[in-house]
Amino acid sequence: MNMAKPVSKSHYVGPGAAQAIVSRTLSILVDNEPGVLARVIGLFSGRGYNIDSLTVTETEHEKHLSRITIVTRGTPDVIEQIKHQLERLIPIHRVRDLTNEGVALERELALIKVSGKGDKRIEALRIAEIFRAKVVDTSTEHFVFEVTGKPSKIEEFIAIMTELGLVEVSRTGIAAIGRGPASS
Amino acid sequence: MARTMTGAEMVLAALNDQGVEHIFGYPGGAVLPIYDELFQQERIKHILVRQEGGALHAAEGYARSTGKVGVALVTSGPGATNAVTGLTDALMDSIPLVCITGQVPTHLIGNDAFQECDTVGITRPCTKHNWLVKNVNDLARILHEAFYIAKAGRPGPVVIDIPKDVQFATGNYVGPSNIAHKTYKPRVKPDQNAVREAVELMARAKKPVFYTGGGVINSGPKASQLLRELVRLTGYPITSTLMGLGAYPASDKQWLGMLGMHGTYEANFAMHDCDVMIAVGARFDDRITGRLDAFSPGSQKIQIDIDPSSINKNVKVDIPIVGDVAYTLEDMLRIWKSKSPQLDKAAHKSWWKQIDGWRAKKSLSYKPSRDVIMPQYAIERLFALTKDRDAYITTEVGQHQMWAAQFYHFDEPNRWMTSGGLGTMGYGLPAAIGAQLAHPKSLVIDIAGDASILMNIQEASTAVQYDLPVKVFILNNQYMGMVRQWQQLLHGNRLSHSYTESLPDFVKLAEAYGWTGMRCDNPDDLDDAIRAMIETKGPVIFDCRVANLANCFPMIPSGKAHNEMLLGSDVSDDEVGSAIGEEGKVLV
Repeated sequence: MNMAKPVSKSHYVGPGAAQAIVSRTLSILVDNEPGVLARVIGLFSGRGYNIDSLTVTETEHEKHLSRITIVTRGTPDVIEQIKHQLERLIPIHRVRDLTNEGVALERELALIKVSGKGDKRIEALRIAEIFRAKVVDTSTEHFVFEVTGKPSKIEEFIAIMTELGLVEVSRTGIAAIGRGPASS
Repeated sequence: MARTMTGAEMVLAALNDQGVEHIFGYPGGAVLPIYDELFQQERIKHILVRQEGGALHAAEGYARSTGKVGVALVTSGPGATNAVTGLTDALMDSIPLVCITGQVPTHLIGNDAFQECDTVGITRPCTKHNWLVKNVNDLARILHEAFYIAKAGRPGPVVIDIPKDVQFATGNYVGPSNIAHKTYKPRVKPDQNAVREAVELMARAKKPVFYTGGGVINSGPKASQLLRELVRLTGYPITSTLMGLGAYPASDKQWLGMLGMHGTYEANFAMHDCDVMIAVGARFDDRITGRLDAFSPGSQKIQIDIDPSSINKNVKVDIPIVGDVAYTLEDMLRIWKSKSPQLDKAAHKSWWKQIDGWRAKKSLSYKPSRDVIMPQYAIERLFALTKDRDAYITTEVGQHQMWAAQFYHFDEPNRWMTSGGLGTMGYGLPAAIGAQLAHPKSLVIDIAGDASILMNIQEASTAVQYDLPVKVFILNNQYMGMVRQWQQLLHGNRLSHSYTESLPDFVKLAEAYGWTGMRCDNPDDLDDAIRAMIETKGPVIFDCRVANLANCFPMIPSGKAHNEMLLGSDVSDDEVGSAIGEEGKVLV
């Protein structure tokens, strides 16, 4: 934007219009108590925020702590607001924006069912090897592949399998963690 | 020391330990064990309302007039769902409430049992936090935690849902402890660098304005004292939101009146033209900002708020300060005094001159009448005749509410209780009951409209039962006035269902409840009638018949900027009809 530097931060052209939409991975550490997930997703739906991916499970059993990983989209201002709104929820210990704090490690697991015979079947198996996907169930007419990796890798694998007899897909959503020795 | 007792006993023990004197409630099957405990003690007074909604608003009025946590007790199912409006109201206006709801026994939860509803599910988005207590040994801790959460940080309502079997079960009671909450530790002390930066910016300002809100009231009486000191020390003008009225005395010369949609010309123009805005416990609500992209375009903004999510939500600010208002103002004052900055006196003089020019517009003026009572005149007289008394004012929602805010002037905090964020018709009478209970010797007046008052009129019966001499001053124009005003502005004067054809005879209605009923329709009789209302010992409904078609001005039409205000004196019907553009029409 070729605007002169404004004196104040506060004058802006139309709410949200000037900012680009970004994708962010939020890592939320919560007390694993009943209803905590409902509080988080209720906040997203109630305030009109997006959820692209969501995973949750207890990660520290003795402390009853769960980690919720949410991939969301919005303008930087909206993302900031999402973080503050999440921090208002009582059972939340902390919210980290992994995307903002450096390149986060993001992994996903998918189970992919493919059916077919002949060349297509052989081709599916060959591609699976390239993607390091494991065969976890099979018959003469189908495979179920287990594949892990970045979401983009899984997207790619699914795209290829679509041509080779894709039946259905189940994905876990993204689990993410910050790089380096510090905790996120 | 842990003591063994039943869940129901724990509820009473915890309320006692928390210093609760009054609770508002309505019994039912799922709270009978708690009511049985109430019956067997005398310390905590229970106020029986006539509908659970009334209990919540009464608890709000009690909380807002005292600064304490309000407490309500309702049964499962419909008891809980009737409480939802009051909970939402308290959430929007940041009022500390603890609402205890009964629940069907744990083994029936999820079974569609009689009077079962998913209370924690329903109230999750309208409370600050809620709990379903499934184990009696968690109950005492949760009760104490509930009081902490309700009042700590930005206050709000909480719900504790207690199944009936948990009320009967026996467990260990623990008293309130000062152990820090595991996760909820709101920041109250501000960042000193931010405060210093803010003071420097304030000292450099040529056209400053203080914009204050309900956060000042919530922070406690000390915050209001500190605000007064800082505002007087700087000599800067000050305006406030609807929620913040009374934090700064309206009788002071630096006071500009309320700002926003129905705020004064001088307050809104000062906001639009200022170069430094000091927002104190105010959240830039849409009723305040008008058109966002034209909101105070040339100013640098300082915002003090205890809730980080209130900062940069609608309007970006230059110096955000997360902290409690009182703590922050204390620091600001200390730094200001130690620096004793050189202010640009000449600039401030011309700023005040500009403000005086806006004041000269007399934006609250209205066409007086000798034949009918103008609603504005009614409030002016009510104020003149009650201002030297120890008075608390509540309102319902609509035109009368805005006129009350414009023409009743508050010099002290906690004297003004109105549903600001949610805009709940039916708030005023139960809130007045709550305020009167907390201040039995004071004059408590609900300024009402003829439509709003009918939304919780059943609470008139509560006032009689507990000898609460509240006065209900109805500005009766036979319309839902604010709805009609918007229909005139937006919908070609097609007054769709905003006229109430068969209103009750309010005098007889008062008498039916055991109140005194009064009516006045002549401006010449008004003063005497108001005096008679004040002198009457018990509760009074005052049916003040006012000009039917008066509208509330000044007004910033939806989608317009502060400097596009409509003034009542120079608005023709045509201008009213075309005041709101196509974009504004979709706004609320």
